[in-house]
Amino acid sequence: MAKIVVDVMLKPEILDPQGNAVASALPRLGFTFAKSVRQGKRFEIEIDGEPTAAQLAEVEKAAEILLSNPVIENFVVRVEK
Amino acid sequence: MRVGVITFPGTLDDRDAARAVVAGGAEAVSLWHGDADLKSVDAVVLPGGFSYGDYLRCGAISRFAPVMQSVIEVANKGMPVLGICNGFQVLCESHLLPGALTRNSDLHFLCRDQEIEVINNQTAWTNSFKQGEKIVIPLKNGEGSFQCDDQTLLMLEGEGRVVARYVGENPNGSRNLIAGITNAKGNVVGLMPHPEHAINELTGPSAQGLGFFTSILNAMVK
Repeated sequence: MAKIVVDVMLKPEILDPQGNAVASALPRLGFTFAKSVRQGKRFEIEIDGEPTAAQLAEVEKAAEILLSNPVIENFVVRVEK
Repeated sequence: MRVGVITFPGTLDDRDAARAVVAGGAEAVSLWHGDADLKSVDAVVLPGGFSYGDYLRCGAISRFAPVMQSVIEVANKGMPVLGICNGFQVLCESHLLPGALTRNSDLHFLCRDQEIEVINNQTAWTNSFKQGEKIVIPLKNGEGSFQCDDQTLLMLEGEGRVVARYVGENPNGSRNLIAGITNAKGNVVGLMPHPEHAINELTGPSAQGLGFFTSILNAMVK
């Protein structure tokens, strides 16, 4: 069994109010390391066996059609060992 | 004239939208998300709410509902379609309208009476208004910030496709104060604030929202 991970992030130019809220909460808790924070989504997809190139292409397609909105988001597909 | 009002799981404003359609002088026809049959309607309203619990992204799941496949087909052929709030989000996710609606810039769910200016009164849904007419209707949403890239924004502004703008302070971070837009043909309109809640002064801030529902009759008569 393998796990395919799709990370979806807002495009850099799109305002991320949630990330900004997290960034401003961190120093209030004494964490001063963050210059900025962006918040995204992570999808974990389990499949039987090792993923084939065709399966990964299908996941890419699904990420583009459903998991992300290409107008405001970018995504990255990777296989997690 | 028959105007369909779609109900998705989690839709809230279908009853008010149907009432507004009737108040505007048309027959309201209930349409169900799981049924691709549009029941011979002449126009469609996608009402507000939280379809599919806003899971994934607002409107992202609704886009693939059987009824939406029919709506996309007829909208591309010119049938008037109005998406209000969540309906606007569904229209953007369906690529019937450009751009996307994202979280309000201050993260608050807003629920208030909002003044908007009708910028384009040539659409199927806004021809009852004067150009530049200012009206007050409710605004109630958490993800109402209209976003798009610079090129799309220039196109919308250049082609006169901004239908309405917020008046005064920007309530949600929308680019260029955009409250509503239309497609190139002017038959599909997406609007963040809620005209269907402002058809009677007894229950709304004004009766000015009714203009959207009388416009559709004018559009059909022409």
